[in-house]
Amino acid sequence: MSEVKQPKVGFAQRIDQLTPQLLILPTVLIILFLAVYPLLLSAYLALSRFKLVSGGFELKYVGLRNFKKLFSGSQQYHFLGTFGEFLFWEWLIIGFFALSFCYWLWCYFRSGTVSVIGTIGRSITVIVIMMLTMLAFSVLNGSGYPGSLMVTLFYVFVGVSIQFVIALGLALLCAQKIRGKHFFRMAFFIPIMVTPVGIAYAFRMLMDMSQGPFAPIWSMFGLAEFSWAADAWLARWVVLIGDSWQWIPFLFMVLLAAIENQPKEQVEAAQLDGAGSWRIFKDITFPSIAAVAATAVLIRLIEAFKIIDLPNILTNGGPGIATESMTLHSFIAWRTQDLGGSAAVGYSLLFVAVVICVSFFNFVGQRTAAKGA
Amino acid sequence: MRLFSKPSGLTLTKLASGITAASAMVLALGANTAVAKKFDGVTVNVMTFTGPQIAEPLQRHAPEFKALTGATINIITVPFSDLYTKLLTDFATGTNSVDAAVFAPQWMVDYAEPGYLQDITANVAQDEALEESDISPFFRSFSTQYKGKNYLLTLDGDFHMIYYRTDVLKAAGLTPPNTWDEYLAIAKAVHGKDMNGDGKPDYGSCISKKRNAQAYWAVMSIAGGYLQGEGTKQGAFFDTKDMQPLVNNEAFGAALHIYKETSKYAPPDEINLDVGDTRGLFTAGRCALTIDWGDVGPLAADPASSKVIDKVGAAMLPGSTKILNRATGKLETCTTKTCPYAVDGVNRAPYAAFGGWSGGINASADDKVKQAAYEYFSYVSQPAQSNVDVTIGATGFNPYRLSQFSNMQGWLASGMSKEAAENYLGAIKDSLNSPNMMLDLRIPKNQNYQQVVLDTAIARFLAGEIDVNQTMSSIEEGWNELNEDLGKEEQLKLYKATLGL
Repeated sequence: MSEVKQPKVGFAQRIDQLTPQLLILPTVLIILFLAVYPLLLSAYLALSRFKLVSGGFELKYVGLRNFKKLFSGSQQYHFLGTFGEFLFWEWLIIGFFALSFCYWLWCYFRSGTVSVIGTIGRSITVIVIMMLTMLAFSVLNGSGYPGSLMVTLFYVFVGVSIQFVIALGLALLCAQKIRGKHFFRMAFFIPIMVTPVGIAYAFRMLMDMSQGPFAPIWSMFGLAEFSWAADAWLARWVVLIGDSWQWIPFLFMVLLAAIENQPKEQVEAAQLDGAGSWRIFKDITFPSIAAVAATAVLIRLIEAFKIIDLPNILTNGGPGIATESMTLHSFIAWRTQDLGGSAAVGYSLLFVAVVICVSFFNFVGQRTAAKGA
Repeated sequence: MRLFSKPSGLTLTKLASGITAASAMVLALGANTAVAKKFDGVTVNVMTFTGPQIAEPLQRHAPEFKALTGATINIITVPFSDLYTKLLTDFATGTNSVDAAVFAPQWMVDYAEPGYLQDITANVAQDEALEESDISPFFRSFSTQYKGKNYLLTLDGDFHMIYYRTDVLKAAGLTPPNTWDEYLAIAKAVHGKDMNGDGKPDYGSCISKKRNAQAYWAVMSIAGGYLQGEGTKQGAFFDTKDMQPLVNNEAFGAALHIYKETSKYAPPDEINLDVGDTRGLFTAGRCALTIDWGDVGPLAADPASSKVIDKVGAAMLPGSTKILNRATGKLETCTTKTCPYAVDGVNRAPYAAFGGWSGGINASADDKVKQAAYEYFSYVSQPAQSNVDVTIGATGFNPYRLSQFSNMQGWLASGMSKEAAENYLGAIKDSLNSPNMMLDLRIPKNQNYQQVVLDTAIARFLAGEIDVNQTMSSIEEGWNELNEDLGKEEQLKLYKATLGL
């Protein structure tokens, strides 16, 4: 068999081949400068102690001391929370979770599609979720007290779940042929167009029990002398309601667009065949919007991790530290010149958010999208 | 829940007279518009906290000063919790967008030590119009000087006191409290009574307990009488022997207990009230007792906002019959040795909380700007302006000049009765003259000790997250950590210096 000679590639051709890369290079460099450089700088900050001195500042390398302070030092209560004793039933649930994850990993190893990256990714997911589960049981069981990490996860998981359900319900309603649906679409859409600080102040006014616009109603129910701000869980729920008020329109808008783009023929055929509303939703509507819904939830999850305006303005993080999110925790540390501590909280937030969002994308988003397709 | 307070203070009459006077001054000076003024074209950026207090008089006097000198005074306001950091960052990073600032004299140490603040000793010495000798010696030293040099000009005099409703206490057959136990007893006795005739039950005590606000001063006001008995030089924050924080002992525990106990006789959302809110409630006639700075006196006499005119009494902070034994950490009954300044067995330690808003100048500013800034602060502090300002509740400025205590005319002109004025000024004078006055913390990073560690622990304690012992341990751990970070020996040396040791 004779060898086929490859034609020589000239300089001009090489340039032609590299043109796409060369054209996007400036953009890549700018992005690297704007995103990666701050990330590296804040990584260094997280390992340093920042001190202002005459004419500038001084950064002293302190190793992992800022992280140690958060995980086992004087700021542990603030970040992780105050640990309580595990109860027997909690051990049972933790055991159940552990077994489930082991089974999941076992299934993966038997699937024949094992890869190094896949194994590492799944292991990190399992470890992080197990640790967060144990932390949740430890700080939420009555004898403990949640720190900013668990409060953030409360806003993320409970908040996004509630927002998704309500947004989906509203989108399904607004997709019906009803009178004035354009008005409702606009009305539901308004909160997202207002700046978050504006939302927070507006919500603060609405929730003022003694002087807000609903004060006469609260008074009628004997609640004028009641303060939600003094109760940790009520305050957290009020923050969560405010956050939902702001973000439901985003999910609503995306889901409504997805519902209106579902295949009409399938729905009409199902209706002719006598399928009920629930059946149509379950077998046609939801699968067809699943990919869009998963993407919208993922975007919302990423945003939810960064919540700061509402707890800062509504409750100042209080009562105590009850409503303090990780971003607010980081901001408060920054405000008090503890830049190293602030960066350490920021990096911890980045780690948790990346693990949860990537896991969601890989194990929920892609599968939902595949099923929908 | 109540989150909003009505800013009260300036009456129309006062405003009108102020505007008339300012206009007359501007018109008079307008005749000479052709004459170049000393600071024509100079702009001074002055930063302070979002008012209406403090920012209001600074903004009001700015056009007057421009008419006199040509300098434009630009008042920039930021939230109180951000003020310390904003200034420090601006000075330290060399941004220097702030030419001068009005802030807590406690922070002077952090700004003066690295050289960010202009030494104004020579200016003060040559400034006859300032009438410095008329400023009370305490404010002249604590609020303006660091290591023997003047860095600030005082515009305000601050002391924590208690205010009580004279009519409510009289109706209940009670007298103003001498001890914190009596404070609690009075609050309990009158809580739930209608104190302003609106048919609704009102509150026994209203104290600012909001996080990132003024809660940490209130708790130290209560603790003072338990912690410091041997005079001002004994100090109430740290043991002067070894810089051991005085926050994990029976005395501080007793103060925390009383502090939390007052919440039982308070508005339901007290945990979310700052002093603006408690002042609004007090002047609306909804509280029998409150702990506050001197602002409440003029506010209570303001007919535009007050429903308690001539129904308010002021008194030095209550005290305790027991004092901390620093060796054992236990509370012991006061003796002539441990509480030499006690009256009828009650030891009081009036707290010079905050010290009083003062103006400082950025050392890196342009020379002409620095001079204009100095003259502006001097103008605001001069008796002609300050004697009026201290009688207006909305200014946030409280008496700090000796003449303001002796000359009743300004107070009577502000609408205060002679009796109310004497009572109000008497309470401040008693506090100011007390040999057991408790000084506020003025060591490096005092903002971190108080506004971060102490404030967070108090907020968690009030929210029920932690108990008394955990709160004390948390504060002790945080303060010790800061001591270690900043150098315990150095901090001790500076702490002793602030006490005059």
